[in-house]
Amino acid sequence: MSKINELFDSELRVINLGLESFSEELKLQKKEVVHVEWRPVAGGNKKLRNILNQLG
Amino acid sequence: MLKEKIEQANQEAMEKLLKAQPTLVGLGTAGKDIPDMNKKTILHAGPPVKWEKMSGPLKGAIIGGLIYEGLAENAEEAVKLAESGEITFDSCHHHSAVGPMAGVVTASMPVWIVENTAFGNKAYCTLNEGLGKVLRYGAYSDEVIDRLNWIEKTLAPVLEETIALSGPIDLQTMIAQVIQMGDEGHNRNKAGTSLLIRELAPFLVQTSFDNQEKSDVLRFIHGNDHFFLNLTMPAFKSSLDPLEGIPYSTLVYTMARNGTEFGIRIAGLGNRWFTAPAEVIDGLFFPGYTKEDANPDIGDSVICETAGAGGFAMAAAIPIVQFVGGTPQDAMNFTKSMYEITQGENTSFKVPVLDFKGTPTGIDIRKVVETGILPIINTGIAHKDAGVGQVGAGLVRPPMKCFEEALEAFAESVGIS
Repeated sequence: MSKINELFDSELRVINLGLESFSEELKLQKKEVVHVEWRPVAGGNKKLRNILNQLG
Repeated sequence: MLKEKIEQANQEAMEKLLKAQPTLVGLGTAGKDIPDMNKKTILHAGPPVKWEKMSGPLKGAIIGGLIYEGLAENAEEAVKLAESGEITFDSCHHHSAVGPMAGVVTASMPVWIVENTAFGNKAYCTLNEGLGKVLRYGAYSDEVIDRLNWIEKTLAPVLEETIALSGPIDLQTMIAQVIQMGDEGHNRNKAGTSLLIRELAPFLVQTSFDNQEKSDVLRFIHGNDHFFLNLTMPAFKSSLDPLEGIPYSTLVYTMARNGTEFGIRIAGLGNRWFTAPAEVIDGLFFPGYTKEDANPDIGDSVICETAGAGGFAMAAAIPIVQFVGGTPQDAMNFTKSMYEITQGENTSFKVPVLDFKGTPTGIDIRKVVETGILPIINTGIAHKDAGVGQVGAGLVRPPMKCFEEALEAFAESVGIS
C-alpha cells in the first residue's frame, strides 16, 4: 500500500486554507476541520504588495 | 532605513495617543469657542462635502440648524439659503470638533469643551439630544427645534455652572472605568452616563437654578443612555489630534463619514483626506423599517474606533450585540481580529474577559491593506430621507479604497512607488 493510501486510512486532521466551502463540506461529513481565514497579501494586488515589501 | 523610520514614527504616534489626558474643562458656545466659526458657518460630520452631494439626513440636519438659528422660517427657506452659497459648510474635524451622525454644529449651539491636558489642545462637541427624532439623525420638526432651544436655554447653563463648581473632570479615567463596566464607549454608554450623573449631581444641586430646572436636567440625562457619547467623542478627538503631521507615521488619526463618503486621515500625511463612498450598514432595525430605508454610514463617532474603543472594544461590552446585532462570540471575535491591524494594546482601556488585555489601538494602514481586515465599527443607522430620524443600529466597515489610496499616497510621499 502506498504512503498516500495509508494517510487516507488514518484519522484525518484537516486544516483548510482559503475557500471556506471546502471546510463546510468536510463538516457535513462529520470530519473535524479547522478553517484558517487566509487571503493573499493585499488581496493579490501586485502594486500594493510591492509597496508593502518596501514599507515593512 | 525607511522601515525603521516608520517604526519609530508609529511608536511616537502611539505614545502620544496613550499619553493623552482628555479632561472636561467646561461648556461654551460654538460660535464663540470653536475656532473660525461664525453665524453663517455650519459644521458637519465626516470629510468635506458640498450641499449638492450631501445625504438626506445631513441635509435634514442643516435645514433644522438654519431654522434653529433663525436664519430660515421653514424647510423651503432653509433649502434656498443652503443652495445660495451664503452658508459656509465645513468638516467638524477642520475646527477641532466632532459630531455624532450628521454632526451639524451651528453658532448658537452649546458645546462641551474638552482639553487634552498632556498636549494643551482642545476639542468640542454638542450636547447629546437623545434617541428618536433628533437633529443629528436629520429630523427637523418643531419638537426637534424645541429640544435644541431647551438645551441652549436650560440644560447648558445648568451644566456650565455645575462644572464651574466641580472643576475639571478627568475623562480618560472615566472612559477606562466604563470599559470595565460593560460599555465600549460608542453605542453603549449606559455606564458612562451613569458615572457622569454621579460626578455632576453633588454640584448640580448647589447651582443657582430652581429645583424644577435641576430636576429636568437630571431627568433628561437619566433618560438618555447616549448622553456620555458626546463626551467620549471629543475626548478621543483631543487624544488623536496631536498625531497629525508626525512624519513617516502610517497610523490613522481620523476616520469619519458624512453619509455620502467615508474618509480617513493618516498621521504622516497631515490633513489630507482619503475618501470612498460610504457603505450601507448591516444591523437591527426599529419596527416598521428595513435596510431599504437606511442611509449609508454617517457620523464622526467612528473616532471611538480610531482611538481603540467602540467596535474595537466590543469584547468588553457583550450586551451591545442586542442593539447592533450579532452574537457574544462575534463581539469577542471582532475585538480579537482588530489586534491584526493595530500598532499595540491600549494601556488604559482593558478588556476583563481577555484577561484585562488592552484594547487593540492605533490602526496601521499597512496592516489593513496587507491582511484585508477592515476596522469594525458599530453605529446608529439614519433614515435616508431628511426629517425622519434614526431607524436602527448595526455594524459596518470602511471601504478598502480609503486605505489602499492612503498607502499609495504614503509610498509616494516617501519616494517609492
